[in-house]
Amino acid sequence: MGIIIQKDLCTGCGACTSQCPIGAIKVVNNQALIDETCILCQACLSVCPTEAILLQEEKKLRPATEGVTESIYEGVWIFGEQRHGVISDVVYELLGEGRKLADKLGTHLWVIVLGSEMRSEAEKLLHYGADLVCLVDHPDLSHFHDDSYTGVLSYLIEKYKPEIVLSGATAIGRSFIPRVAVRVKTGLTADCTALDIDPDQRLLLQTRPAFGGNVMATITSPFHRPQMATVRHKVMKKAVYSDAPKGTIRLETVPENLLSSRTDVISLVKDLIEQVNLADADIIIAGGRGLGGPQNFQLLQDLAHTLGAAVAASRAAVDAGWIPYSHQVGQTGKTVCPKLYIACGISGAIQHLVGMQSSNTIVAINKDPEAPIFSVADYGLVGNLFEILPSLTKKFKEAL
Amino acid sequence: MNIIVCIKQVPETGNVKIDPETHTLIRSGVPSIINPMDTYAIEEALRWKEKLGASTTVLTMGPPQAHDALREAISMGIDQAIVLSDQKFAGSDTYVTAYTLALAVRKLAPYDLIFCGKQAIDGDTAQVGPGLAEHLGIAHIAYVKKIEEIDQERAVLRAQRLMEDGYEVVDIRLPALLTVVKEINEPRFPSLKGKMRARKCEIPVWRAEDLGGEEMMGFGLSASPTRVKAIFAPPGRGKGEIFNGEASVMAQELVERLRAQKVI
Repeated sequence: MGIIIQKDLCTGCGACTSQCPIGAIKVVNNQALIDETCILCQACLSVCPTEAILLQEEKKLRPATEGVTESIYEGVWIFGEQRHGVISDVVYELLGEGRKLADKLGTHLWVIVLGSEMRSEAEKLLHYGADLVCLVDHPDLSHFHDDSYTGVLSYLIEKYKPEIVLSGATAIGRSFIPRVAVRVKTGLTADCTALDIDPDQRLLLQTRPAFGGNVMATITSPFHRPQMATVRHKVMKKAVYSDAPKGTIRLETVPENLLSSRTDVISLVKDLIEQVNLADADIIIAGGRGLGGPQNFQLLQDLAHTLGAAVAASRAAVDAGWIPYSHQVGQTGKTVCPKLYIACGISGAIQHLVGMQSSNTIVAINKDPEAPIFSVADYGLVGNLFEILPSLTKKFKEAL
Repeated sequence: MNIIVCIKQVPETGNVKIDPETHTLIRSGVPSIINPMDTYAIEEALRWKEKLGASTTVLTMGPPQAHDALREAISMGIDQAIVLSDQKFAGSDTYVTAYTLALAVRKLAPYDLIFCGKQAIDGDTAQVGPGLAEHLGIAHIAYVKKIEEIDQERAVLRAQRLMEDGYEVVDIRLPALLTVVKEINEPRFPSLKGKMRARKCEIPVWRAEDLGGEEMMGFGLSASPTRVKAIFAPPGRGKGEIFNGEASVMAQELVERLRAQKVI
């Protein structure tokens, strides 16, 4: 099995060589050749102008469980994450998306809630399009533990056999959902930016960025069920509120042994510095090396305060010790997708861009007109940020 | 005490530029590096090796050149390294990668602690760490920003787990797997002695038949539940508007633009 280049179609144009992330393709005598270092990522297939590149499979995929057909799996599920007894915002966004998917499939939409005394929050979910909220209400579940949450969700999946399970790509989701996928022996796609249905095969089309966002990939789980995917906060649109909910709440009990965990939560320490929850922020002001020193983050704080924004930083500023790591945006920090991202004194190295380039609107402030950040900015201000930032703060104050 | 570190050799996406016209990748050379997050995992293993006298092993699944990454880990001070390499592993998604690593980890048993980086910069999924813990049937904590203490007698580890609004202090029973974030430590530079050791070190290559999992699950693309259906260039952002000149004038224009677009 491998990726082959059909010799009669290959013109030796070399488009594939630059697309390969590991340099496995070379053009020799006007023909492209793939060497044995190929990792089968398939990035080259779509870029060939003559469609000369194919993925050749020798073996048909073996289904996870022999004899079980995909057709007995039905329903779209959303994991209704809660923190401190409150359903997380991302769940309402998944409800919006989940409703569309369920309607396309002609099936039901459930939300699965694990927690303690979650009845009123569960009722709220019915106003946002859920057909049913499956609630496992027990004191042992009030706080998140990987073991108990994995055990309970897997148990429910095996009991009810949904065809799709969606979860927020949050600290909780990214920790235990991969365990669930392995436990129920199915595929999981992380950080989807778009979801759709292929109606012929009832396939969930899961689109996500790869290679730091330089490439988009559409993933499917053709022979395994449920099809699982996680979605980041603020990527999908929130569900619409309805005055007349039609759904029901089902109180579910699970075997006692599923409620125990090999972990104990000793304490929770909240971030002392406000505005560090970048995932929730609509507006983010980020500072980089151009700020010159930690005291200059005050300029960002002033602007952030005016706009009700969160403050972030590039790796350079964090490595220099000007601001804690929790503010770092980029490849080794957080990926954010706010409505507005203002990058101040950030050059725009690719490692930073991959953390913020899908923001709705990007503003860049930099004294260097050649700074790469300007290539992704919707609005670029070339000049001295020490003059521009106070001006902006003043102008925003006047406007708001 | 036995500590295992799982690392990945990845293409250095830092050298990758996007051609703004064609939206394809432009590379100058293809350096492979240890996935940045994994260097923190290696460093953390070394710190606990020094504190508790543990023996350390670094493991990676990848093409034959992946042993470069392993040698770097050895030069930092890791005791031994093993590379899992076989054409059969190609195209593995996170499920099968975790499974393949689990087979190798089982061969290295008994172990007390497994360290992984939070996620790899090419796949970005952060799924292999927790998936590996599940295949092994051990507990895990993801996004560890600090290990407060390890009580070897009670076989309990106390760590700080990063959440969106702060962190939680969590006790976990060993053996366990931890995925670590950058904040946890400062990776050391290899010593000269370490580099010499790394050059001479023998690194066994384990192939599919050495792991013996084929009858059970299979490897590589054909055993992966997820498949790539299509790959395409992301939609371009389009050209932006550039402002020059006086600070207050630029500021005024920007605010007007953002208001007009209803961004603020």
